[in-house]
Amino acid sequence: MANESLKAKKEAFDAKVEKALAKNPERVNLPKLRLATPLDIEGFDYEKDLGMPGEYPFTRGVQPTMYRGRFWTMRMYAGFSTAEESNKRYRYLLESGGTGLSCAFDLPTQIGLDSDDPKAEGEIGKVGVAIDSLADMEILFDQIDLGKVSTSMTINAPASVLLAMYIAVAEKKGISADKLNGTIQNDILKEYAARGTYIFPPKPSMRLITNIFEYCSKNVPQWNTISISGYHIREAGSTAAQEIAFTIADGIAYCEAAIKAGLNVDDFAGRLSFFWNAHNNVLEEVAKFRASRRVWAKVMKERFGATNPKSWMLRVHTQTAGSMLTAQQPDNNVVRVALQTAAAVMGGTQSLHTNSKDEALALPTEDSVRVALRTQQIVAEESGLADTVDPLGGSYYVEALTNQIEAECWDYIKKIDDLGGAVVAIEKGYIQREIQDSAYKWQMEVEKKERIIVGVNKYQIKEKPPEGLLRVDASVGEFQKGKLAKMKAARDNAAVAAKLAALEEACKDESVNLMPVILEAVKAYATLGEVCGVMRKVFGEYQPTVSL
Amino acid sequence: MEKRIRVLVAKPGLDGHDRGAKVVARALRDAGFEVIYTGIRLTPEQISEAALQEDVNVVALSLLSGAHNTLFPRIVEMMKAKGLDVLTIGGGVIPDADIPGLKAAGIAEVFTPGTPTEKIIEYIKANVK
Repeated sequence: MANESLKAKKEAFDAKVEKALAKNPERVNLPKLRLATPLDIEGFDYEKDLGMPGEYPFTRGVQPTMYRGRFWTMRMYAGFSTAEESNKRYRYLLESGGTGLSCAFDLPTQIGLDSDDPKAEGEIGKVGVAIDSLADMEILFDQIDLGKVSTSMTINAPASVLLAMYIAVAEKKGISADKLNGTIQNDILKEYAARGTYIFPPKPSMRLITNIFEYCSKNVPQWNTISISGYHIREAGSTAAQEIAFTIADGIAYCEAAIKAGLNVDDFAGRLSFFWNAHNNVLEEVAKFRASRRVWAKVMKERFGATNPKSWMLRVHTQTAGSMLTAQQPDNNVVRVALQTAAAVMGGTQSLHTNSKDEALALPTEDSVRVALRTQQIVAEESGLADTVDPLGGSYYVEALTNQIEAECWDYIKKIDDLGGAVVAIEKGYIQREIQDSAYKWQMEVEKKERIIVGVNKYQIKEKPPEGLLRVDASVGEFQKGKLAKMKAARDNAAVAAKLAALEEACKDESVNLMPVILEAVKAYATLGEVCGVMRKVFGEYQPTVSL
Repeated sequence: MEKRIRVLVAKPGLDGHDRGAKVVARALRDAGFEVIYTGIRLTPEQISEAALQEDVNVVALSLLSGAHNTLFPRIVEMMKAKGLDVLTIGGGVIPDADIPGLKAAGIAEVFTPGTPTEKIIEYIKANVK
C-alpha cells in the first residue's frame, strides 16, 4: 500500500507532537484533526465524491462555471415601518447595485394579523414592513419592475396569501405570473422547531405548502416555492451539522407530503431551494455547504427517484449569522461579516444577504447597510475567491470535514426517520431539544472562555453607548391602522364577504387547491388578517409543546 | 430548608427568538432556582396571570422585536393591579437609550446581548424581594 509509508511517517509525527504537548500545550476546544493528510480521506474517489461542478453529486457547486460568469445574487434583506418607507429602501438598494429584493415583514404580518388586531400593538413595522392588504403591496412595489427583479419574501405560515398579493400586484402592472421570479420562504417546519411564526397545525400547513407547489408548477414556473431553512435553526443555537441535517429532514418531509398529494417529484423538486447560515468558522462552513449539496443530491436521486438533474441540485440562499454579531465594539462585526461572506462564497452560495454591523443593537441604518453590501462587492470583485470553482476542493482538511459533516447528517436523518419523520420529531420536541442543548453548550463555552468572542469575553474595552441607531417611528402603528380603516371603507365589502365565504368552503374540502381561491380574495382587497382568520377558523391553531 | 427562588421566564410579544430566554432559563435552573418558562407569544395579561398563579419571586422578560417599550411597562402595570410586587427584569435587543425609560416604568434591570448568565444569577440573588 502506498499509504503505508505515509502512515508510518504520520504516526511518528503524532508521537513527536504528543511528547511536546506537555511543554507546549494546544489551545482548548479545537477540532480533533490537527493536521489533515491523505490518510484522513482514505477511499476518496474524485469522480464519485466530487465530480464536476453542475454535475451529480454537486459537491463542487450547482453551476459549471459558478461565479466566473455571473456573481451570486446580492440580495439584501430589508423592510421596516410602512410600505412607503420600505419601498424607498428597496429602490435605494437596487440603485446601489443590489441585484434582488428580499422582503422582511413585521411580526403581525408574519403571523397573519392585521395592524388593527390588539395583539399587533407595539409590533407594527418593527422587524419588517407591515402588510395588511393588496393596497400595501401596491405601494411596496411601486416603480419597481417585477418583470426584471427577483423578490424573496420571508413569509411562512401566510406565504400563500403574500404570494397571491405579489401575483395580483404584478398582474396590475401588466406582468403575467409566468414571468415572475422569486422565492417565498414557506417553510413551516422550522417555524415550529426554531423560528416561532407558525399559525396553523402541521397538517393544514403541509396542505397549503403542497397547494403552492402544485399551483406554481403550472402558473408561476420560475418561482422558488419554498426556501427550506437551516438559517434559523443555526441562529437558535444548533451546530453546523445539525443545521443541514434538520433542514434536509424537513425537505424530505415536504417531498413526502407533495408526493402523497399526488405530485410527481420532478414537477416540483427543481423549484425547492434552501437557506443556510454563514457562521464564523470559515472552513467548517465551506465543508457544510459542500456536504449539504452531496446529501441532498443523494436524497433526491436515491430516496425519491428523481430523474431530472435539476431536482438533485441544492440551490441555496445564505445569510451571515445574526447571532454572531456583537453589541460590543460593533465595528468589529464588519470583519466578521467579511469572513462569513468569504465562507458563503467558497461554499458556493447562489445568493447572499450580509448583515450590518449595528444589527445586534437595532435595525440597520442606510450607511451600515451600504458597508454590508460593499463587503459582498469587495469579496466578489477584489478577493479572487470568486475566480475559480470550489477553491477549497481537494484540501485534505476540507474534504475530511465535508465527509464528517455528511456522516453526521446521515446519522440525524436516520434518527429522524426512525422517529417517524421530521413532523413527528418536531411534535415530540426532539429537534428543539437537540438545538437547545447545543445553544446551552455554546453559551457555557463562552462563559468559561473555552470559546472566545472578541470584545465579549476577551479584549473588552470601556465603550460609549452607540449613537445614530435606526429607530422605527412610534407613529407607524397609528398610520398603518388609519390606512387600513380607509381601505376597508372604500372597498366592495359584499364582494369581500363572498370571497371569504368561498375560501371557507374550500378550506373544508381537502381536495381543493386553495391558491386560486386566496388569489380571488386578495384581489377583492380582503385583508391578510381576514384571509388567515378564515383559515384559523377551519384549521385551528398550532399548540406548541414547551420544553426546557 | 431555605425556600428556593422561583423565576418566571416569559416571552411577551410576537417574536419567536427564544434562544436567549431558554439559555437563561436553563442557567437559572442550574443555579438552583425553580424556573417556569412560558414559551413564546404571550400577552401581558397571560404573563401577569402566570406570575400570580405560579407565585414567583422574579419575572424575567425577553423580547427581541423592538416592542419592549410598549409591552414591558404594561406587564409591570398589570402585575401591580393584581397586587404583585416582584423583581422584574428584562433582556433582549434593547437599545441603551430605552433603558432609563424601562427602569422608570418598573423594570429593575435590563440585560443586553453578551451578558454572561452568571451576572443575571448574581443580580437576582442580590435583589430578589
